[in-house]
Order: sequence, then structure tokens, then C-alpha cells
Amino acid sequence: MSKIHVTSVVNGEPVEFLCEGGQTLLDVLRDELGLTGSKEGCSTGDCGACTVIVDGRVVCSCLMLGAEAAGRTITTIEGIADGEKLHPVQQKFLEHAALQCGFCTPGFLVAAKALLDHNPDPSETEIRYWLAGNLCRCTGYDKIIRAVQDAAAEMRGENTHG
Amino acid sequence: MAAMEFVAPSSIADAVSILKASNGNARVLAGGTDLLVQLRSGHTHPQQIVDIKHIPETRTIREDADGIWVGAAVCNAEIGEHAVLRAHWPGVVEGLELIGSAQIQGRSTPGGNLCNASPAADGVPGLIAARADCLIAGPGGERRAPVETIVLAPGRTSLEPGEFLVGFHLPKRTAKSGDAYLRFIPRTEMDIAVVGAAVNLTVDGSGAVTAARVALGAVAPTPLLVAPAAAAIIGSPLDDAALERLASAASAACNPIDDKRGTVAYRTKVAGVLAARAARIAAARAEQY
Repeated sequence: MSKIHVTSVVNGEPVEFLCEGGQTLLDVLRDELGLTGSKEGCSTGDCGACTVIVDGRVVCSCLMLGAEAAGRTITTIEGIADGEKLHPVQQKFLEHAALQCGFCTPGFLVAAKALLDHNPDPSETEIRYWLAGNLCRCTGYDKIIRAVQDAAAEMRGENTHG
Repeated sequence: MAAMEFVAPSSIADAVSILKASNGNARVLAGGTDLLVQLRSGHTHPQQIVDIKHIPETRTIREDADGIWVGAAVCNAEIGEHAVLRAHWPGVVEGLELIGSAQIQGRSTPGGNLCNASPAADGVPGLIAARADCLIAGPGGERRAPVETIVLAPGRTSLEPGEFLVGFHLPKRTAKSGDAYLRFIPRTEMDIAVVGAAVNLTVDGSGAVTAARVALGAVAPTPLLVAPAAAAIIGSPLDDAALERLASAASAACNPIDDKRGTVAYRTKVAGVLAARAARIAAARAEQY
């Protein structure tokens, strides 16, 4: 069966790829486009390690077909830093040691960025509910929550380390 | 899950002819949050995936003279953000918003929640209580069917071969009406309902219930419309005695399973408690509507 030709925008760049009908977006990102930052944890939409932003909404890329990406705009973990300058959520994860093994981290960072994009001042409860679709088996979550709160404060222009 | 054809028709007619030609070897894709898991696990081996999200009717929320149309493939996050739906059908919206994480909300759909035919589907009791109708398209044309007639058994629907769900029609709201959905799970997020209860009711000027619909999830092989539970409160001022009758009728309708999430006795008891609480919330909303 012939492959499907798909055109979309990934991390701001127009991309074209060929995929099988049943190939997930996660497999396309990793295997066809070489974007291996999105991780495969559960492949059933439970762990969030493969989280990407599609047309402004967070989704599990393991639960979307590559063919569905036609005409869509996708942001992966590789697209959230500004060149060499880390996104505030990335910087704060480092400062707060909000990771240990790091496997879940790309998913958390993409989900946290998406939250702060539309809610610059989330409460701790809002952050915890928003990140409920991202599992971490190392940190116990508290450091992640604090990193997101600190990133939010910095993005609001509040100096938290004065 | 590689050797499958992917097609994305842009009209109801095209989708129907593709599904008809597939002779039952196609699966309809809306949000994919259940279908992709089934493909992955080998539970289903279709030759074709038919993505219905390019059909405008499946992706639209629209008010009309008779109520509100909600496309089968609108994502649940969009439904949660829709001010008109929230204002008129808060119970329907809160059921659909309980489905999964932010990531799942961005993909999952009301049509998929119904057609996946889980007894525990959080979106379905609210739609049943709301008296929502399904618009179903197929080789024989289009037909309408109440939501409570769709799920026949776990994983099985009344849709005929070649048919697919285009969307839902919610009836026009009358004054002093309200609905609510409550779910019990052992933690606060990311779990499957142990019990779900939806109540939709109308009150009169004195606070007496003039119309009601009660629906339960996760307490039987299919979501249930429980007419005796509604009858237990119609005509009442929703006092403690009426709520007790409602709870008893809801519990009496249960035919649940025992599993790690809850025993038969527990589910049966909780169904009554949740139905009574949902009725109180629905009545409070009705007073404000």
C-alpha cells in the first residue's frame, strides 16, 4: 500500500513526510523527522511523555495518526526553546532539580508551556490538575510544581530571586 | 498497525459511500483516544481508518431554533470552553470535561465516548438525561435515535454496518431547568468511573419538580436511563423524602460488576447517593436558569 504524503508545520518550519496509514504522529516525529525528544512511555495516552501541542492544544502524539497532522501546526519539545535560550519552564526545571531520570521531562515541559501560554498565573491546584496527564516516577511532583510556579512568576515579570 | 489505508472524507455522503464499500472492514476515527489504543493492542484490525473530522457537521457547535447541535467529533476541550453550552447544559459539559487529562481532552470527543460503548463513559449519562438525540448517517440515509438506544452492551452499539454518528442535538432549554453530573472515583483525577449519575430537571415557581430525567453510568452493562428514579421526584419539592425515594430507585436499577474499583454493594449504594446529590445541584441550577 502506498504511503501517505503529509505536509504540516513542525516547530515553525514547513515539513513534508511520508507515513503509513496506521503510523502514529509519535512514530513519525521520532522515526521520520528525527525529533526524538518526544518519548514513548505507555503508548496508550496515560503517561504524557509524548505530549506535543497541535493547533494550540496539548495531545498525546501516541494517540494521533501521522496522517492526521496534514495541515496542522505542531510544537514539540525541540521547538520550545528560543534558539540557544531555554524556555523559562526548561530553565526552572534545571534550577529546581525537577527531574531525575528525565524520561517524562519533555512531556511535562510541553504541557507546562501550554498551560502558561493560556494561563499566566495558575494556582497550584490548577497546575496539578493540568499536569495530571503527565506521570513522573522519580520526583514525587513537588519540585515540578514549584518549577512551573517559578517559571510562571518569571514570565509575568516578577523577580522571585530578588 | 501499519498496513491500513487512511481516508479523510469531507462530506457525510463521501463517508457513507466509503463505509459502505468497506464491507465492515473500516473503523471510524474521531478523536482516536480509544481507537488507537485498540489498534495498538491488536483488538481491532481494520483495513481502513475513516477520519470523520473533515466533515464540517461533525466539527460544529451551533444553536438553532430547536436547541443546540454538537458535532460528534468536536473535541471535549472545545465543548468545555463553549460559553453557550456551559450556560444551558452544565451537566452535559461537566461529564464530557471529566474524560481524561488535558491531553485527552484535546482529542477525545462526545461521539467517540458514546460509540466506544463503555458502561462507564462519563459523557453519556449527561447526554441521556438531557434527552439528546443522535443523528446517524448510513447507506439508508439519515436517522435520529435517542442516546440511550445506542449502547447495547460493552463495546457494542446499535449502529448498523456502514452507519456513523454525525452528532447530537440537545433540545431547547425551558425556563427553570438545570442538569448536573457527578462521578465517584477513588482519587481526584485520571480514573474510570465507579459510579456516574446525571440528573436533568425542571422546577416551577414554587420549587416543585415538573419534569426530570435520571441516568446512571458504570452500574450496569450499559449506561441506564432510570425512569422510576425520575418519577420519584416529579411533583415533589425535592425534599428529603423525595431524594430518599430517588436514591432508592436509582440503587434498585443497578446491575453492576464487582471489580477492583468497587463491589456490587458499594456501587449500588453510591449510585443512590450520587443521584440524590446530582438532583440537588441540578435543582439549584434550575432556580438560577
